[in-house]
Amino acid sequence: MLTTRPMTARIDSTFARCRAENRAALVTYVMAGDPDPETSLAILRALPEAGADIVEFGLPFTDPMADGPAIQASGLRALKAGQTLVRTLDLVRRFREENADTPVILMGYFNPIYQYGVTRFLEDAKAAGIDGLIVVDLPPEEDEELCLPALRAGLAFVRLATPTTDDRRLPAVLANTGGFVYYVSIAGITGAATPDFGQVAGSVERIKRHTPLPVVVGFGVKNAEHAAAIAGGADGVVVGSALIEALRASLDGEGRATAGTVEAVCALVRDLASGVRSVAKRAAA
Amino acid sequence: MTAPQTPNSFRTGPDERGHFGLFGGRFVAETLMPLILELDQAYTQAKSDPAFAAEMTSYLTHYVGRPSPLYYAERMTEHLREVAKASGLPGGAKVYFKRDELNHTGAHKVNNVLGQILLARRMGKQRIIAETGAGQHGVATATLCARFGLQCVVYMGAVDVERQKPNVFRMKMLGAEVVPVQSGSKTLKDAMNEALRDWVTNVADTFYCIGTVAGPHPYPAMVRDFQCVIGNETREQMMEAEGRLPDSLIAAIGGGSNAIGLFHPFLDDRGIEIYGVEAAGHGLSSGLHAASLTGGRPGVLHGNRTYLLQDGDGQIQDAHSISAGLDYPGIGPEHAWLHDMGRVTYLSATDDEALAAFQLCSKLEGIIPALEPAHALAKVIELAPQKPRDHLMVMNLCGRGDKDIFTVAEHLGGL
Repeated sequence: MLTTRPMTARIDSTFARCRAENRAALVTYVMAGDPDPETSLAILRALPEAGADIVEFGLPFTDPMADGPAIQASGLRALKAGQTLVRTLDLVRRFREENADTPVILMGYFNPIYQYGVTRFLEDAKAAGIDGLIVVDLPPEEDEELCLPALRAGLAFVRLATPTTDDRRLPAVLANTGGFVYYVSIAGITGAATPDFGQVAGSVERIKRHTPLPVVVGFGVKNAEHAAAIAGGADGVVVGSALIEALRASLDGEGRATAGTVEAVCALVRDLASGVRSVAKRAAA
Repeated sequence: MTAPQTPNSFRTGPDERGHFGLFGGRFVAETLMPLILELDQAYTQAKSDPAFAAEMTSYLTHYVGRPSPLYYAERMTEHLREVAKASGLPGGAKVYFKRDELNHTGAHKVNNVLGQILLARRMGKQRIIAETGAGQHGVATATLCARFGLQCVVYMGAVDVERQKPNVFRMKMLGAEVVPVQSGSKTLKDAMNEALRDWVTNVADTFYCIGTVAGPHPYPAMVRDFQCVIGNETREQMMEAEGRLPDSLIAAIGGGSNAIGLFHPFLDDRGIEIYGVEAAGHGLSSGLHAASLTGGRPGVLHGNRTYLLQDGDGQIQDAHSISAGLDYPGIGPEHAWLHDMGRVTYLSATDDEALAAFQLCSKLEGIIPALEPAHALAKVIELAPQKPRDHLMVMNLCGRGDKDIFTVAEHLGGL
C-alpha cells in the first residue's frame, strides 16, 4: 500500500546528494542531553556544518545492553543532567527551526518510548521533525510494538543487520526497514573492537543483493582512516563512541561542558568527513 | 481494557513467540536473535528426547541429591499454633518445608543450571557465562562447569561481590572467573547487562546460562521447566505424607525461579492458595524495595516485558533488599501474568521481617535459611496462625543461609 510508505524524503535526498558526489554519507551519533541539554543542542546544530550528513540522536537509558562504556557513561551523564524523552523531542524541534534538510534519527532502547506511549510518541516525534528510529531491542519478531505503527505514522524504522544475520534471516530483517539499513560491523557492543574491513565490505555486498536501500556501517569506527576504509563499499559510515569520547575528554572535572566541548566534537567530525570524502565510492556491481 | 478471561489452564504458556499474555517476548538486539532462535530449537529438541530426560534424572539423583525432602516443620508449626492461641484463634496450619537448600551447592539454582549445562553440551558450546546476585546461581554454574570441564565466567555486581564474599571465594575455588561489574547500581541487573554484552561479543562459542525465569524467550519457560522438579516432587511427597495435596504454597520471589518451580505443577489445582513473596526492603512506602509487582508497572528490560521498578520516563530504578538474590527491579514474565490473572497472590516482606524469620527458623528448626526464603517464611509466620489446623502449608526453603551469616551479623550488631 503506497499510503503506508514512510516519508523518507530527507533521508532519500541526502543519499541521492552523496551519490551525486560519488561518496559515502557520514552519519554521526551523539547522546541527547550529554553533558547538558543546551550543549547537546549546540553540538547537534554544529554537526552538519562540520560534515555530518545524517545525525543520530541517542535516547539515554539506564540499561543499554548493546552499548560499551563510552555510550553507557554518556547516557548516565545525560540522565544526571535531567534528560527525558520530552526534552529530547524538544531539542530536535529547536534544531529543526534552523535546519530543514539534515535527517535526524532517534536511536535508543524501547522502554522509554513504551512508557511515553507509542501512539503519542510517534505523533510528537513526527511533529518535532524526526525522520527515523533505530530501536536496538526491537528485532523483527517484535515488529508490532513500534516498527509497524511507525511505518503507518510515516517514520522510517531503520533496522540493524549484524554478522549473525544470515541469508535466511536477512529478508525478515529487511522486510519493514526504511530509509537505510544499518550494518553492525562486529558481533559486539558499541565502541569496542575494530572491525575487519575486508569482511565488512563482503557483508555490505551481501546485504545490497537483498535490498535497494542504502547500507551504512557502524560500530568500532574510530577515526578518519577507519571511515575511509568503509566508505569505499558502503553508502554511509556511522561514528558514535569516538565522538562521545572526544566530548568526554573536553569536560571539566565535574563532568560539565567547557568552552571547548562543541569544538572537540566538531574537530573529529571534520576529520572523519575528510576521511569519507577522500574515497570515491566503488562503482556498483 | 477488558478484564482478562480466566483460561482453561494456567499451564499452557507461553505461546510460540514467548508471550504470557502481555508479558514475555524477545526484546533483544539483532545480534542475539539468531542465537536465541538456535537455543529455542535446541531446547525444543532436547525436551522431547528421552535420552536428555534420562541424563537429567541421573545427574539430579546422583550429583544434586534429589529428591529433596518434604519436611514437616514440627516446632515451627507448634510455635505458630501458640501464636494463634495467644490471639484467640483456634487454628494454626501444619507447615512443611520443601528442603531445596539440601541440594548440592545449597540452593534450588542447581536444578536449572544442570539442565542448561547439559543443553550447552548438546549444542557444542565450550564457554559458559552467567550473571549472579547472591552468588548461588554463580556457584551452581561454576560447579557444573567444573564437573563438565567447561570455561566459566560469572558476572556479579561489585556491591554483591562485597556482601556475598563466601560465594565469590567458592566460585573461584571451582575455577570460574568472577567479573565484578562496576556499571549502574553494581547489583544483579547490571550483572545481567554485562553478561548480555559478553554474549553479544562472543556469539560463536558462548552459552548464556540465565539464573532465573526472566530474559528473552525461551529462557523464562525453559528455566521454569527445569525448576518444576520442585513442585512435581512436592505433589508426590505430600500425597505420600498426608494422602492429599497441600492447601497452600509459599515462596520468595526475586526473578521467581524457585517460586514458579514449586507453583507451576499446582496452578490448575484451583483450590490451592498460592503466595509469592517479594522483597519490601525498608518498606513499600520508603521507595527502597524490590517489589516490582506492587511498586512497578509493565515495561521492557533484559529481553522481556514484565513489571519493572522505573521512573515516569522509563528509566530503571535501583531495587533495594537485604537479600542480594531478591535485589532485582523486575520479575519473571509468567509471574507478571499470574499476578494480572489473579491466580497467584503476591505479598511482600521487609528486611526486618526476613531477619526475624531467619532467626526464628534457626532457633526452632536447626536450619539456617538463606535470606531469600526467609522472606517467604516471614509470610508463613503471618498466614499460618490464621489457617485451620488441618491446613497443609508448603514453603519452599530454596537456599541455605551460610552465605548470609555476615550480612545478618552486621544487621544484628555483631555475633
